Amino acid sequence: MLTALYIMLGLALALGIALGYAALKFKVEGDPLIARIDAILPQTQCGQCGYPGCKPYATAIANGEADINQCPPGGDAGVRALADLMGMEYKPLNAENGVEKPKAVAFIDEDVCIGCTLCIQACPVDAILGAAKHMHTIIASECTGCELCVAPCPVDCITMEPIAETPDNWKWRYPTIPIKPVMTS
Amino acid sequence: MNALVNFTKIFKFHGGVHPPENKAQSTQHTIGQLPLPEKLVLPLRQHVGNIPKIKVNIGDKVLKGQLLAEAEGTVSAAIHAPTSGTVSAIEDTTIPHPSGLPDRCITITPDGKESWIDLKPQDWRKADRRALIASLRLSGIVGLGGATFPTHIKLRSDGKSGVHTLVINAAECEPYITCDDLLMRERSEQIVKGIEVAQYLLGAEKVFIGIEDNKPEAIAAMQAATANTSMQVVVVPTLYPSGDARRLVYLVLGQEIPYDKRSTEVGLQVFNVATVLALYRYFEFGEPSLNRVVSMTGNVNTPQNFEVLFGTPLMHLVNGAGGAKLGTTHYIMGGPMMGFDLPDENVPITKAANCIIAASPNLFAPLPPAMPCIRCARCADACPVNLQPQDLYWFAKSDNFEKARDYKLFDCIECGACSSGCPSNIPLVQYYRYAKSEIIAADRAKEAANIARERNDFRLARIEREKLERAAKHAERAQAAKSELAPASETPANATPEANNHADSGDAQKAAKQAAIAAAIERAKAAKAAAAVSGEVPKNVVETTPTVKAEIAEIEARRASVGLTEKPAADEDKQAKIAAAIARAKAAKAAAEAAKKQE
Amino acid sequence: MNRSPYISEAPSVSNIMFKVLVALVPGIVAYVWIFGGGVLISIALATATALASEAVMLKLRKRPIQPFLMDYSAIVTAWLLALAIPPLAPWWLIVVGTLFAIVIAKQLYGGLGYNPFNPAMIGYAVLLISFPVLMTKWPAALSLAQTKLSFADQLHYIFSGILPQDLKIDAVTSATPLDYLKTQLTLKHDIASIKAAPLFGALGGKGGEYVTFAYLFGGIYLWQQKIISWHLPVAFLGALALISGVFWGINPAHFANPLFHLFSGASMLAAFFIITDPVSGPTTPKGKLYFAAGIGIITYLIRVYGGYPDGVAFAVIFMNICVPLIDAHTQPRVFGHEK
Repeated sequence: MLTALYIMLGLALALGIALGYAALKFKVEGDPLIARIDAILPQTQCGQCGYPGCKPYATAIANGEADINQCPPGGDAGVRALADLMGMEYKPLNAENGVEKPKAVAFIDEDVCIGCTLCIQACPVDAILGAAKHMHTIIASECTGCELCVAPCPVDCITMEPIAETPDNWKWRYPTIPIKPVMTS
Repeated sequence: MNALVNFTKIFKFHGGVHPPENKAQSTQHTIGQLPLPEKLVLPLRQHVGNIPKIKVNIGDKVLKGQLLAEAEGTVSAAIHAPTSGTVSAIEDTTIPHPSGLPDRCITITPDGKESWIDLKPQDWRKADRRALIASLRLSGIVGLGGATFPTHIKLRSDGKSGVHTLVINAAECEPYITCDDLLMRERSEQIVKGIEVAQYLLGAEKVFIGIEDNKPEAIAAMQAATANTSMQVVVVPTLYPSGDARRLVYLVLGQEIPYDKRSTEVGLQVFNVATVLALYRYFEFGEPSLNRVVSMTGNVNTPQNFEVLFGTPLMHLVNGAGGAKLGTTHYIMGGPMMGFDLPDENVPITKAANCIIAASPNLFAPLPPAMPCIRCARCADACPVNLQPQDLYWFAKSDNFEKARDYKLFDCIECGACSSGCPSNIPLVQYYRYAKSEIIAADRAKEAANIARERNDFRLARIEREKLERAAKHAERAQAAKSELAPASETPANATPEANNHADSGDAQKAAKQAAIAAAIERAKAAKAAAAVSGEVPKNVVETTPTVKAEIAEIEARRASVGLTEKPAADEDKQAKIAAAIARAKAAKAAAEAAKKQE
Repeated sequence: MNRSPYISEAPSVSNIMFKVLVALVPGIVAYVWIFGGGVLISIALATATALASEAVMLKLRKRPIQPFLMDYSAIVTAWLLALAIPPLAPWWLIVVGTLFAIVIAKQLYGGLGYNPFNPAMIGYAVLLISFPVLMTKWPAALSLAQTKLSFADQLHYIFSGILPQDLKIDAVTSATPLDYLKTQLTLKHDIASIKAAPLFGALGGKGGEYVTFAYLFGGIYLWQQKIISWHLPVAFLGALALISGVFWGINPAHFANPLFHLFSGASMLAAFFIITDPVSGPTTPKGKLYFAAGIGIITYLIRVYGGYPDGVAFAVIFMNICVPLIDAHTQPRVFGHEK
């Protein structure tokens, strides 16, 4: 019986040493958690999650203060990626924070704009070009579609235009294979 | 010289399939000519790279070969008028693209006269290479094998390109397609002269012309044409897809171009026979790229190859081949392995169209529904790139894009050899195309997100900095005020007015600013209401100078001429709605005030 | 929907499976010739059970029945299991085995294309572990049996368990050559004297070796039809021959020679029909070599040192577990890449 005991102890010791060595030798240097969460978030900086931007939301998730399903622009895919990263269960997007919408870009109606700069101050990525009493315009390639500029405009000249599908950005569709004839009434 | 003896060794790439060739149908006649169609619709997007800039307006009369749109940026190509006539439209119409989406096209109505511009041939043997490349940029010549890459970029070099071997791609491995075959049979000397141009521009020492052995007449013609040159005709066994550029290079030279390098980086360049022919005609006769040979085959009465002007409507070509036979369901652009369904019959022939097949259920029976993958690996045996299509299929199917990328999805050339051998009839290539689209879109979104993050960070930093600057300035002013105050400290009563003045002036400034904003808002609202009433669109030019007004008018005119119309009618509805809303608000306000008065 | 390529040169799944069935026929004919027609009853029972259970499972899973039932893959599983099980076992044995193979090892994992293990081998393993005694009721070769059972007698016995004329079952069954070899070796007899028994023919068991030859014949037909590639059979038989050769070379008195191992038991059946199941096997050419070699070595080790006379089933199941690992580490070099 003593031999059995020695064997088990010896095994435990040997395996423990092996594990410790592996933990040191194969340690993976990674970004801090907040940066990794932020890398998943879509950087729309819209505030729909309830935090003033994506970095604060990432910080809140890392601290456990926020849930992972509060980001509509990130969509379902974003929630799943966050769930994978945090080791949490997937849950559907929280409807209180908004719904996932197709990506849109803001557009200023130049005939109505009065040059008040309120939208410029609101844009979180400085995607609006303009100055006081000068025409404002949206730099479409930098607009994230956060819609923060729409509300401050006193003359309601900003609309959100969904990005049109052109032969340039057209994507092949997921192939669907009919297996059974579907009744179309 | 025995037609099938090679003086070089042929290598063999992994995989490949032998689909039935179906080429005999369209080689019964020589290259035919078509009468002028009623209109020519030229999409701006006929090549890889930037959209060219339109240089003509609606109503302009153009000559044959006249520049319609010039190349924009480095990777771009020009568009020329295939015949003389009038520019009748510049608008979005259906283009031959698998999406079926419309795109900007220039429509020309031919006048039947076929009047050429002043053609300017160039003696390329004597000209400076750089000048020749600059001139090529205006020629509109792109790769006519189907890839449509602008040719002048592939020839850029000053003769010191490092390219020592030129491979001419005459393999034409896909079934049904015979346009290159007939070009070689009928115009082999011109092709060889074109090769000489390319050779001169690149400074290449060796030339190999790769032809599949199912084209004996073409081989004989090319061997005769190259008899007194150092160019070598290399006959490769018929195997699909030996016409893929990298596969052909391997067949002829035994060299695998690394996946992350271009062929020029290893001293090689590949051109299609039709492309070098176009080169010859451009330099020798000054003719820009206006037409190409298209195989019109499949379920038509007389399958044949035609020399087709770009922009020719599809049905004009179909009718030229005797019209479609009964049972034709749709048309396919390209061959049966890599082609795609044309969205409808109203599409034009473009630089990329090497073959049009009239499809019917007889020719291409609808495949039975796909069964699950049984991992038999026939696809892996067929893949010329030695990929694992069954693994890529599992990953693409389950949206596991990272794994798909790791298993080298982007090396896939979408040749279709895998799907054509699948016992379960799985449309493998569609899955890969889907996965590639998604990965590219996701990468673009990631790029955009990174940039947005940087801009946001910079903005926050800027606000911080401005806050600090303001605080510093405020502190300075407070210091200054205190030091002014100190000598007059015996009269504290005086101090406060100063401070009050500051506060007052600040308040006054703020009040003035708010008043100005309020006034502007009122003006804008009034203008909107006035516009709603009068039906006129407010130009927001009330405060601008005359020069600015003139500039705006000029811009508006230009936009109108190009077809960018004014705001669509929906806006009138919008303005009516706004007017109605304003009226409602006024009424509600009046009602509220009335109610208040009553209390 | 855009469907390039528009042409297909492929045989269908049912076409492939049908050819596998055709390749099994010579083996079955030889079997009936040597051992009597009882195996036909097993095959019939197995086929019926397989088709019925697959139909029921497809219905329950709300999948279309027609294409999946008609792809003959269930029938292939049924025949392989029927050939692996003693024909004189009670009728419910083959039914239970087939049910387990089709319902649990195939349909519950997702049906065709999704099973990680070879269904026939799972069925066999379950039967072997659950009913070890019944799985030893192999009929003696008709030429060797003390009493010959007619087809009707066999049929009757399978369904009722009653033999004619109060025969004892031991009179009509015998140990398989591998089984006999194992027991005799533990009794410390040497190979030469064991092989002298009438049970053994020139290469394998008397009579049984003809069946094995017939399987080899069918297997070559499959290879010629490009249904299977050469990697799996060659690697399996080669590894088996190699390891048995090494042991035999060291101690010929204690270890049977390689030819014996190649031609007895389920070796040939395995080499061409069992390990070549595409769904549960590897897809890369190198992977196939490792997979088959692994099966060959483990089969030999179980035969010699393990608790069962023939180790093919367990060897196959074990290597099935290793397939994803094998696949991931034997990816061939892609054109244009370094490795």
